[in-house]
Amino acid sequence: MRYIPHTPEDIRQMLEAIGVGSVEELFSTVPASVRLDRSLELPGPFSEAELLREVRKLSQANAGLDHYSSFLGGGAYNHFIPAVVDHLVSRSEFYTAYTPYQPEISQGTLQMIFEYQTLICQLTGMEVANASMYDGATACAEAVLMAVRSTRKKRVLLSAGLHPEWRQTVETYCRYLELDLETVAVDASGATDAAALAGALGKDVACVVAGYPNFFGVIENLEALFALAAEAGALSVAAVQEPVALGLLRSPGELGADIVVGEGQSFGIPVSYGGPGLGFFASKQKLMRTLPGRLVGRTQDLDGKPGFVLTLATREQHIRREKATSNICSNQGLCALMAAIYLCLVGKRGLRDLAQQNLAKARYAREQLCALPGVTPAHSALTFNEFVLNVPGDLDALLERLAAEGILGGIHLKRFDAAMEGQLLVCVTEQNSREEIDALVRAIAGGVK
Amino acid sequence: MTTVARGLIQEEKLIFEHSDPGRRGFDLPPLDVPEAKLPEEFVREEIPGFPEVSEVDVVRHFTRLSTWNYGVDGGFYPLGSCTMKYNPKINELLCRLPGFAHIHPYAPEALSQGALELMYRLQQALGEISGFPAVTLQPAAGAHGELAGILMIRAWHEAKGKARRKVLIPDTAHGTNPATAAMCGYEVVPVASDADGILKAETVRALMDEDVAALMMTNPNTLGLFESDVKEICDIVHEKGGMVYADGANLNALMGIARPGDMGIDVMHFNLHKTFSTPHGGGGPGSGPVGVTAELAPFLPVPLVVSEQGRYRLESDLPQSIGRMKAFYGHFGVLVRAYAYICTLGPQGLRHASEMAVLAANYVRARLEGAYHLPYTGRSMHEVVFSDRDLAGGCATLDVAKSLIDRGFHPPTIYFPLVVRGALMIEPTETESKEVLDEFCDAMLEIARQAAEDPRQLKDAPVRAKVRRLDEAAAARKPVLRWTPES
Repeated sequence: MRYIPHTPEDIRQMLEAIGVGSVEELFSTVPASVRLDRSLELPGPFSEAELLREVRKLSQANAGLDHYSSFLGGGAYNHFIPAVVDHLVSRSEFYTAYTPYQPEISQGTLQMIFEYQTLICQLTGMEVANASMYDGATACAEAVLMAVRSTRKKRVLLSAGLHPEWRQTVETYCRYLELDLETVAVDASGATDAAALAGALGKDVACVVAGYPNFFGVIENLEALFALAAEAGALSVAAVQEPVALGLLRSPGELGADIVVGEGQSFGIPVSYGGPGLGFFASKQKLMRTLPGRLVGRTQDLDGKPGFVLTLATREQHIRREKATSNICSNQGLCALMAAIYLCLVGKRGLRDLAQQNLAKARYAREQLCALPGVTPAHSALTFNEFVLNVPGDLDALLERLAAEGILGGIHLKRFDAAMEGQLLVCVTEQNSREEIDALVRAIAGGVK
Repeated sequence: MTTVARGLIQEEKLIFEHSDPGRRGFDLPPLDVPEAKLPEEFVREEIPGFPEVSEVDVVRHFTRLSTWNYGVDGGFYPLGSCTMKYNPKINELLCRLPGFAHIHPYAPEALSQGALELMYRLQQALGEISGFPAVTLQPAAGAHGELAGILMIRAWHEAKGKARRKVLIPDTAHGTNPATAAMCGYEVVPVASDADGILKAETVRALMDEDVAALMMTNPNTLGLFESDVKEICDIVHEKGGMVYADGANLNALMGIARPGDMGIDVMHFNLHKTFSTPHGGGGPGSGPVGVTAELAPFLPVPLVVSEQGRYRLESDLPQSIGRMKAFYGHFGVLVRAYAYICTLGPQGLRHASEMAVLAANYVRARLEGAYHLPYTGRSMHEVVFSDRDLAGGCATLDVAKSLIDRGFHPPTIYFPLVVRGALMIEPTETESKEVLDEFCDAMLEIARQAAEDPRQLKDAPVRAKVRRLDEAAAARKPVLRWTPES
């Protein structure tokens, strides 16, 4: 076994030093009654060459985005990843290290996270950000828990425009915490219904959560929603599933958010069938001591040299035990690194240009598609790089035909809600050329005729 | 005694301090559709201080940062309970295959058969290794798996009509356990292990009543000892209608030797980033699949991967499910690596890995016993916990840790588990050769000698790392958690 170096002679010497006669003796405290009396039934062992052959075969049975033109989004986005990102995260000093418990030999990870925290604050318009969470959905759930913790209130208002899987994740996390999770409807524009929100708000509401852009791609009027929340004494949570939009849109912080969470996969992280991604989590300074997860702070060493450490650990599970702000222990360090590298490369101008391209391509696609007979926009509000269409006829059959032509045409929203039968969520990014968009339009035109 | 030579450590500013207006490290193809504009009130101002750097700046910056880190590829990393084994390189290649890295979670199932089949096979393999009939791959990390597991236990109790209030947690269990129980609305009842570090059936019997929903245990426990009463303990908990949760962080001691499912455990999470060799990534991503008994299977999170006549699909129709733990289906990229690891080792290889992990820990123990105090003397499994009690010169665990850094080693886990004062928790793993273990032990012995002869040196350590000891109190008192253009 090439990962295990011990020769029979090594083993003999080690057993002798221990003072036992066999490896078997080392397991003497494992009672016979719980021993496995047979070999495991598993594949392998495979040589490296065999493994590559076998696993590559599995990879080839998937619709790789390199071979399809994809208009799939819905929380996982196909953006271009510069070669530099994978090159740098492949440095084993980064990927074979663990949580920087020993700061003197972890300054690389620590400074990187400090920079990542800064980048997230800059993008979201917030004052503090943590070292990352599992994904956008769990970050959203943790935001709700944090709001409940700091307001000591029990009602939570979730916009119906929140990603359905994020909503489901919030429900799971809150299952036994005796909270009231309520939904605020979206109106015909596709945005959260401000009047409905005003009606639902009250002094007992811990927080209001709205997507930005929301699940339908709609750019919510956060300012109006969050002003209502503030008036009622509730915290405002912006949930960002496509953070490229923050290159262009006013930051949630400017619009009154107290907490901003989101999914950072768009920032240089491969879609990878939905994971691992990156949950980002930022808030106003006043909430800092109730943040979940790791935080990196700047300090000095004994000689007065600047350095970085994990800090404010008294919030965390290993110290505060059952009174911790969360049970989270690991973070998404390597994914945070990918995002940091990506954001540094893309930079101030690049992020704006990238967001502009996404906006322009999606708008072009939306206009072309809505010109088709029978195809109509489901919502009237402005959208970023995704939008929902009403498509006549059997949408599943249409999507299947498109796939046969090498086009992943979008997400049939029926998968989340039977009431959305016939609604197609289309995502267009900088990766979709005009030619691809025109081909999609032609293919759908052929299908709905 | 030391593996450290001279080297050049580059200073490196924050990336923000490299910015020069107009510099960029990214280009886009020309826009091939008409430009689009948003109304001005939607559009943000330029972000002050956001990086403006070239590609070369970025590459040099992060490369320099990387050189200040210590990773498994660079040296021995005996961080107890974290199982810092070697991360195979073929697995890095496999998870980056375009047919894995670039597939969308909402692509039609018919076009995702390879991904689903891999997940299905991994579910089966983890089930076989642990003795559980059903496995979910969805949880993102160990603590996330714990949360799923305790939620399932609570859902099961509620389905039977009574939620119960309490969860028993031994003092030798993992740190995340109490916080997890609290997140599920449970009251935590701490349970003391015996003088020998083992949780006794009698102790559990005395505390177990019909208001206890579950016992959370770690086996081998955080002292590296096998809980030999495990079967009886499970029986006691079951008799009173409770469930037993096992933290699988220490599964690296048991592969192919004993299975938690056969011990009476009802639910357990795996840490793929520990036992199954996936890289720790400087803090994550991990992956925390969960195995359960048939009794708990209806409560698993959705979706699950199922197989029907050779086709694979995602099943979401589980009426009693606790729901969804995260978006999509789990850390797929991590799952690919773990599956590859299992296939590479095969059934005998996995068992051999556990055997060699236990051999290594016992070897380190044999070499250090005498020089360091061993508070619990039962047979060690994959890790061993010493304490600083007998160190001379007023030296403490922290000094040992920092002195190891100067000698070229990553320190063990320190001050955990809490049942040992000044704990040094050493987990060597199976992938370290006897030569490496000897170098480490020599260094530990030298440090113990130095504590007697020249304790100042220990207290000054580290002196060979990029920075010396850092002022953590100041960091917490006046937190600086980000850069600002003014700073």
